[in-house]
Amino acid sequence: MSDRISDILQTMAYGPAPESAAPAHAWLDGHQRRFGMFIDGAFTGPDPARAFVSSNPTDGSALATLTQASAAELDAAVAAARRAQPGWAACPAHQRARLLYALARRIQRHSRLFAVLETLDTGKPIRESRDIDIPLVARHFLHHAGWAQLGDAQFRDARPIGVIGQIIPWNFPLLMLAWKIAPALAAGNTVVLKPAEWTSLTALLFAEQCIAAGVPPGVINIITGDGDVGAALVRHPGIDKLAFTGSTDVGRDIRQATAGSGRQLTLELGGKSPFIVFDDADLEGAIEGVVDAIWFNQGQVCCAGSRLLLHEPIAARFLDRLRERMLALRVGDPLEKTSDIGPVVSPVQHARIDRLVCLGRDEGATVWQVPIDAPAGGCFYPPTVLSGVAPAATVAQEEIFGPVLVTMTFRTHDEAVQLANNTRYGLAASIWSEELSRALDVARRIKAGVVWINSTNLFDAASGFGGYRESGFGREGGREGMWESLAVSYGAPAALLPPAVPPAFPGGIDRTAKLFIAGRQARPDSGYSLEVCDPAGRVVAEVAAGNRKDVRNAVEAARAAAEGWAGMTAHARAQILYYLAENLDGRAAVLAERLCAGGYDGTGEVRLAVELLFSAAAWADKYDGAVHHTTARTLTLALPEPLGVLGIVCGDAAPLAGLVALLAPALALGNAVVLVPSARWPLAAIDWYALLETSDVPAGVVNIVTGAVGPLALTLAQHGDVDGLWYVGTASAALERASGINLKRTWCLAPEAPLGAGFTEHALRAASQWKNVWVPYGA
Amino acid sequence: MLETMTRQHAGASAGQPRNHGDTFDEAYFCSERVNRSAVERRIASLPGRRTVKQQWQAAWLVRAIECLDLTTLAGDDTPGTVGRLCAKARQPVRRDIQQALGLADRPLHVGAVCVYHDMIGSALAALRGSGIPVAAVSAGFPAGLNPFELRVREIEASVAAGAGEIDIVISRRLVLRGDWRTLYDEVRAFRAACGPAHLKTILATGELGTLAQVYRASMVCMLAGADVIKTSTGKESVNATLPVGLTMVRAIRHYHQRTGQVVGFKPAGGIRSARQALDWLILIKEELGTAWMHPTRFRIGASTLLGDIERQLEHYITGAYSAGHRHPLA
Repeated sequence: MSDRISDILQTMAYGPAPESAAPAHAWLDGHQRRFGMFIDGAFTGPDPARAFVSSNPTDGSALATLTQASAAELDAAVAAARRAQPGWAACPAHQRARLLYALARRIQRHSRLFAVLETLDTGKPIRESRDIDIPLVARHFLHHAGWAQLGDAQFRDARPIGVIGQIIPWNFPLLMLAWKIAPALAAGNTVVLKPAEWTSLTALLFAEQCIAAGVPPGVINIITGDGDVGAALVRHPGIDKLAFTGSTDVGRDIRQATAGSGRQLTLELGGKSPFIVFDDADLEGAIEGVVDAIWFNQGQVCCAGSRLLLHEPIAARFLDRLRERMLALRVGDPLEKTSDIGPVVSPVQHARIDRLVCLGRDEGATVWQVPIDAPAGGCFYPPTVLSGVAPAATVAQEEIFGPVLVTMTFRTHDEAVQLANNTRYGLAASIWSEELSRALDVARRIKAGVVWINSTNLFDAASGFGGYRESGFGREGGREGMWESLAVSYGAPAALLPPAVPPAFPGGIDRTAKLFIAGRQARPDSGYSLEVCDPAGRVVAEVAAGNRKDVRNAVEAARAAAEGWAGMTAHARAQILYYLAENLDGRAAVLAERLCAGGYDGTGEVRLAVELLFSAAAWADKYDGAVHHTTARTLTLALPEPLGVLGIVCGDAAPLAGLVALLAPALALGNAVVLVPSARWPLAAIDWYALLETSDVPAGVVNIVTGAVGPLALTLAQHGDVDGLWYVGTASAALERASGINLKRTWCLAPEAPLGAGFTEHALRAASQWKNVWVPYGA
Repeated sequence: MLETMTRQHAGASAGQPRNHGDTFDEAYFCSERVNRSAVERRIASLPGRRTVKQQWQAAWLVRAIECLDLTTLAGDDTPGTVGRLCAKARQPVRRDIQQALGLADRPLHVGAVCVYHDMIGSALAALRGSGIPVAAVSAGFPAGLNPFELRVREIEASVAAGAGEIDIVISRRLVLRGDWRTLYDEVRAFRAACGPAHLKTILATGELGTLAQVYRASMVCMLAGADVIKTSTGKESVNATLPVGLTMVRAIRHYHQRTGQVVGFKPAGGIRSARQALDWLILIKEELGTAWMHPTRFRIGASTLLGDIERQLEHYITGAYSAGHRHPLA
């Protein structure tokens, strides 16, 4: 290329505009390009015996050698965090706020060094690290300085969890660090964080800033290494909670590894997010949206809009324009300010992407790739569109995690929703239509934690980010995210006074207790019954011995009812809960008598159950969403949505009140429930059948399966169509391991917890998941 | 009349393609939607995604000069001030700077000089032999509320006086009332009155309300035969903005795709800095392609922009920041 002005006037080319890497290299040189890790406020020395190389994906050159954390170093990091935690939690809210504020400002002051180092390490274009990643990092710390300042009063019954282990991915290294560390610290926790082994450098630079900012030793610890170090951190007994961002496969492994440990868990995992374009969309805007959706950070984005769903009337025109637009994408050195697309992070990823694209071709897709002229030696992958992809194709189902878009078409907006939801994931969605009523309808119906209307990949610290389904659970950002860094202490349990000498079980005509499924009493599949004994050991009744097929039927019934129940007005659900209370109260004497015979405080439980139903009914139309303050001229609507189908396994402590404490809030927010009653006294649930039948509860919304609790609970945990499982008892490794099949949300409750004051309010949080719908506006 | 038209300035708009328009059909624009937030995001990200540095920047600034419609539209214009402007149009940068840029042999001048009707003669005289066309604002500029017949006759008079380009204002009330057919008929009549002179239609986008209206008005003007669509008169409270520009250049691209005809684009009003000029060129390159980065297809209407470009070019050559008084006045 000639660089004479007269020649440039012929081509009108952009020419080179490189960002200098010199300051970042100088920083690396200042550390002799060898790093240990950051433990207890100081750097450990690099150990050549455990060194591994961090390289630049643009040319494959080595940037630095890092140290694989040893078991001793991991122990030291966790111990330091443990030591520091009480002091950090006790330090005044304002002090914590000052520190987070200082970190935000330090990141802003050194923003270009962070940006250049991030680009060297990851290959992401400098304009993205400079204009998107690093400003969001500073924003995240500043936002959470605010939560620290506002402190405990904002979060009822909450306290810090303790030491949080955090494992973050390589696609947004510093941003994910900020998403993890800022809320954890604001809430009074201390952390041990492990960055991805390919991209640890900005975390180490951040550690330097922590020293300079005066972060107390041990509050933040950063250990480096590969997946083995991560696995050791996951299993470390000194960790109270694990927060992981990464692939769904690893997330599932972590779910298995922590099963039964009682450790809290949040998982922010993969996605195959739909990008839906209707015929009344601003098509030019949507084209740019696609570019931002799938070619942002080389498509290595968990919420990338990787499945393009096109309305048939505009599909051909849209794809033509998209291909034309792709020719203007600039693939090259990410330090060039005009590069849109840099290399993918490593040869491993490059090979994986290519393998999936070839598979897509083999499965019948048409492959279209932009010809690229990229620097040699780098992991550059051309922007790629696979069109004519069937939902059955592997590339339509699997996350490719690269600059590869798959497209398919739809006829009606119902079909768009159906295709959008035809995935195991549920992280994000982008909807393009100028008809607000249509866009919002689709937004409500899509199972995803983040929905962008006429926009895509918008992020802000004030808005919660996280998935539905196998995209994980928990939220990062905003008020909803803060709860993930807090543990809840319920108030004192309600006082119940069981009779010293239980009265005899009331007699009468022989009763046959069946199961309650799909609004009808059903005989158990097994044809067997179980005996129920009173405290004296006398057999007083029999209940149906439900089995896995009964659970299957109950889940089917619940699934069929879930959408309608969630779609009812909160007022309607509240009325039904009140009506249940009314009918319960009307039968109070009978129910109390039978509970007493089981050795329970019948009168007390009935009274409490009525009150709990009132409480949940009261909340039904008051558990509001929020409008977050995010980007300019945007409504970011935080909407609590029901989980869907919820399994509830009751405890024995209070067979009636305990059941209602769990069931009522679940119903209030629109979940359909499969309930396994108390093993010891399932009769409390049997008496519900008639109540449910007479209180206008729609068929299938509540299903009750009696029987051997362990196997029934396990069947629920294993079921791929159950979205959440609450169970009373101690943390169960078997149940939590089984829940990994679809990463359903599990909630293990101590026996007395459901009877605690304020429990309903917290149960509402567990009964719902936040969907954030971004609606930019302007004429 | 024919006689006067043949007297048209020899250098007027040479090489510029003509747009012959098409029959009025709402299908060209009725289904197109424009989402302001999406437009603004595109605009917000462009300066970060694209940049030109060093000699590339210098070359682009030279191109901005070549695309400049150097304009004076003041009530106190005199033949003297217009003559000075024309001298600047012929030699927009100091000769030593032009030489240092390696462009000594290039006939470097602006795209056109834009004046009111009464100054056409003075401008023609001052530009004789330069190849620079004279553009006249017309059709009841800037409000467009004069009687229709008079607006047509004003165009004819300006063409007769030798203007190679006619910058007319459209009737905003027709856009605001959705009377697209009448707008089409008016512009069609203006186009006929222009004869060989090129028609540039000023949409006065600051007064059209929404971007969707800007798109529709752009399309109707192109259908009616506008050779160039232009954002503003410079007299509205909101002048040329990049979101409006993006909407208009997309309309130009759509029109080109459907009819094969080329229409030029001219942002005008409020463009004062070299940085802004580069942003506009980047927008054109990204949305329309390099072929549009040429005075036959792209103009910038401005009066003070040139001064800033001169300072930037001197900075490029010397490495030191320049000052206004180091460059000749218009």
